[in-house]
Amino acid sequence: MRKVIAILLLAVVGYYILGTLLNLPFGQKATGVGKYYLDSTIKETGTVNTVTSIVVSYRGFDTLGEVTVLFLAATGLGAILFDKKGKKRSLQNASLIVKTSSKMIYPLTVLLGAYVFVHGHLTPGGGFQGGAIIATGTLLMFMAYRSFETNHTALTIIESLAGLTFVSIGISGLIWGYSFLQNILPLGTPNELLSGGIIPLIYIAVGFKVGAELTTVLDTLLKTIKG
Amino acid sequence: MDWLTILVPFLSLLIIIAAGFAVYQKDLILAIIGTSAISVVLSIFFYILQAPDVALTEAAIGVALSTIIFVITIKKTKRYEE
Amino acid sequence: MIYFITSVVLILTGMYAVLVKKNLIKIVIGLSIIDSGVHLLMIAIGYVKNATAPIFSKPGLTADKMVDPVPQALVLTSIVIGLAVTAVALSLVIRLYDHHKTLDINKIRKLKW
Repeated sequence: MRKVIAILLLAVVGYYILGTLLNLPFGQKATGVGKYYLDSTIKETGTVNTVTSIVVSYRGFDTLGEVTVLFLAATGLGAILFDKKGKKRSLQNASLIVKTSSKMIYPLTVLLGAYVFVHGHLTPGGGFQGGAIIATGTLLMFMAYRSFETNHTALTIIESLAGLTFVSIGISGLIWGYSFLQNILPLGTPNELLSGGIIPLIYIAVGFKVGAELTTVLDTLLKTIKG
Repeated sequence: MDWLTILVPFLSLLIIIAAGFAVYQKDLILAIIGTSAISVVLSIFFYILQAPDVALTEAAIGVALSTIIFVITIKKTKRYEE
Repeated sequence: MIYFITSVVLILTGMYAVLVKKNLIKIVIGLSIIDSGVHLLMIAIGYVKNATAPIFSKPGLTADKMVDPVPQALVLTSIVIGLAVTAVALSLVIRLYDHHKTLDINKIRKLKW
């Protein structure tokens, strides 16, 4: 009975969504705001990657909120699972091949993550992607070595410092400029590493913050006791 | 553009099959592998649709981190849906 | 056009899982499938035929031959938030299993509809 009601409901919902979408033109310019960003990204922000300039500069306040949501999620996870925290994981080690190769791959993964967030304003990528790649490398070490431990104090310090850097860059825009997160540094020539004003600095801070936060989430979940 | 007209319907068929598999499978670990397959194909779609930033994010987060969080949760609770 | 249909099928599959399934982890899987469908839908709306990615990486690329960058920035935000939401939801699932020793929402009486 429940299935029948659900399928009927979904049929109605799907009919109306599809009926709307099939009238949309596919493959044509739909909005004008995207055209504005594409036309003025090099002139106004000195960044060649338009997605980065939207995320960090035009919608920078939104990104600050997003980073706050991630921080709240990591903190909330720790609070919800607070009294189920074990001392360490009691499982056997992985095989020798996995251990050796993950020891070789881990520094390369961290290097790739750092490359991705440092070059966020030139190539596809940025702070969120780089941080996620770094967390993936740490996850590899977690899976290979049962005794692998992260330094919680260092992670907290990195996370707090990165968040503080983001906010203080924004406030310095308020002091020496006109608005929060205003670009106060020289823009430089486009397509060079030192260009874009405050955008690379913010994305580096976001990369450190996201990497530390996702590592904390994985560590909290892995140390939870079963049952 | 010719190879895309063959590849895209094939990939979307694959994504729908993976979604159905993820919903109907009783073994939850296999269902999670289904969602991981959705993320892989979605990442290829984003690359075809000229969104390399989003493809990179989906490949790092959807395929690796999201899957491992689900697997850890299943390990802490119960594996089979009854 | 095929992208729109695929994304709508994904959204409906996820909603079916949320409405019908009784296992809590299956419900969270359904939420994550809805997320994927919405992301594909937004990127497909921003696509422009025969255009390049919105990065001025070499000279000769012009702004009117590029895809719309706004949906890409929004989806970039949405994927990361989706991961955070999934993590918090799964930690709540762990707590519920701890308390009731089951994942079936019919046995956890207050979540029944």
